[in-house]
Amino acid sequence: MSKVWIITKRELSAFFDSLIAYVMIILFLGLSGSFTWLFGTNIFMLGQANLDVFYDVAYWSLFFFIPAITMRMIAEENKSGTIELLITKAISDNQIVIGKFLACLILVGIALMCTIPYYFTIRQLGNVDDGAVLGGYLAMIFLSASYIGIGLFASSLTQNQIVAFLLALFIGIFFHMLFDVIGSGSTGFIGEVFSYLSIRTHVDSLSRGVIDSRDIIYFLSLILIGLLGTQIMLSKRNWK
Amino acid sequence: MAIVVENLTKKYGVQKAVNDISFEINTGEVVGFLGPNGAGKSTTMKMITCFMAPTIGDVTVEGASILSEPEEVKRKIGYLPENNPLYLDMPIVDYLRFSAEIQGVEKSEIPARIGEMIEKCGLNAEKHKNIQELSKGYRQRVGLAQAMIHDPEVLILDEPTTGLDPNQIVEIRKLIKELGKEKTVILSSHILSEVEATCDRILIINKGRIVADGTAETLRRQAQGQELLTVHIEASKGDIQKELLGLKTVETVSAIEGKEHWFTVQSRPDASSRKEVFDLCVSKQWYLLEMTGIETRLEDVFRNLTN
Repeated sequence: MSKVWIITKRELSAFFDSLIAYVMIILFLGLSGSFTWLFGTNIFMLGQANLDVFYDVAYWSLFFFIPAITMRMIAEENKSGTIELLITKAISDNQIVIGKFLACLILVGIALMCTIPYYFTIRQLGNVDDGAVLGGYLAMIFLSASYIGIGLFASSLTQNQIVAFLLALFIGIFFHMLFDVIGSGSTGFIGEVFSYLSIRTHVDSLSRGVIDSRDIIYFLSLILIGLLGTQIMLSKRNWK
Repeated sequence: MAIVVENLTKKYGVQKAVNDISFEINTGEVVGFLGPNGAGKSTTMKMITCFMAPTIGDVTVEGASILSEPEEVKRKIGYLPENNPLYLDMPIVDYLRFSAEIQGVEKSEIPARIGEMIEKCGLNAEKHKNIQELSKGYRQRVGLAQAMIHDPEVLILDEPTTGLDPNQIVEIRKLIKELGKEKTVILSSHILSEVEATCDRILIINKGRIVADGTAETLRRQAQGQELLTVHIEASKGDIQKELLGLKTVETVSAIEGKEHWFTVQSRPDASSRKEVFDLCVSKQWYLLEMTGIETRLEDVFRNLTN
């Protein structure tokens, strides 16, 4: 565990030393803030004291921001050769992957935490369903974790950060949108399968404030598959 | 036995980069891997350091196998990869701390270890800089420092002096010799003088196989076989070449082209003709102006074995 934390600490300080963290947090807050409060169908048009508008905006902004955070995680190490240095230290591939995953999750967590004032603002405006807010944040965290898993996997496939970014978006768009579209377009068993595969279904259900084990299992398995894929790509050098 | 390599083979597709290599290295030995580019030196090192698994074979480092206990092996080894990859955005001290933590150095000992490494590798003047601000020589020192930070029993250095200027090369070699007193060191190089200057033992690798194994001295002797002398004799009368050929210990005599009265004398196996040549000159009243033994250079040994 402590080895994982050493990796996480290094990655976090790399984020904050290189301005990536600040740029990401400011962009995320700027975008989600302006679309939640100022432009489009903002929170005031809705006439209800809830954060649904914010979740809708975050749903999309996280989809784009997370690949930008994860793209360099492994691709850059592959390119500069530091991956060889890292792997030959007394640490397992698992610990490396989990350490990097946690670093990304903490960065996104910090960004999400900066939006907590939204909740207190809304509370001044009317009665807020606290359960729904909590569920909504939980959904955002699970959604981020899933995309981080996908992003890390994409990053482990290549040496090129841009390719890693685009690959993560390409894989992500299926869960983000396409499965939902297919699911609502078809009926019966196939329709059900595809809407279960869509992240939207589970985010919606969680942000209603209902914590269902099916949603949790969905997210956990998505995260696990992402991390497992990353680990397999790292251990590929061991294939005979 | 610090390192035991058994039947190590690595295939890239159908090509065998390393082909059935076996050798043993004793604790405290400084061993040089010598070979032309693409001979399999780096691949062998990558397998010993657990970066990649061998297709066939096993390596044990201080009793731990790379297949069953990779983390144990990795803790015992300090590794400087080829091209010395480093996290360029990190300050030297932070990077050394990261390496120490990850290699499991006790937290209370870390500052002292970092101080010692900075001292040993001559990084004192630069220690507050980011790695990307350093010149290549200093980066190489950081690479060495991170490899040694956890005081490993075995040091594996892949081409440790590439890209350094002559002064730095001398310093790094001195450092390696220093380290070799207490640690087992494997280094690879394609520079012969370097291996000769730093290593107790040389393994010449070619096309994935070990073609020679021994000290610089034994390798030379093996390759040399028969004694070769260059002699310069001034004589007023008599056929020097014929007389030399008449000596019991001499096998062949050839005149050196373009130089009058210079000859190359090859002795019969396990015989020396130095005294006989001298006695001959005395009895014939010739002047022996020069007699030099030709030592086979390691370059020639290397070229013979790898060509």
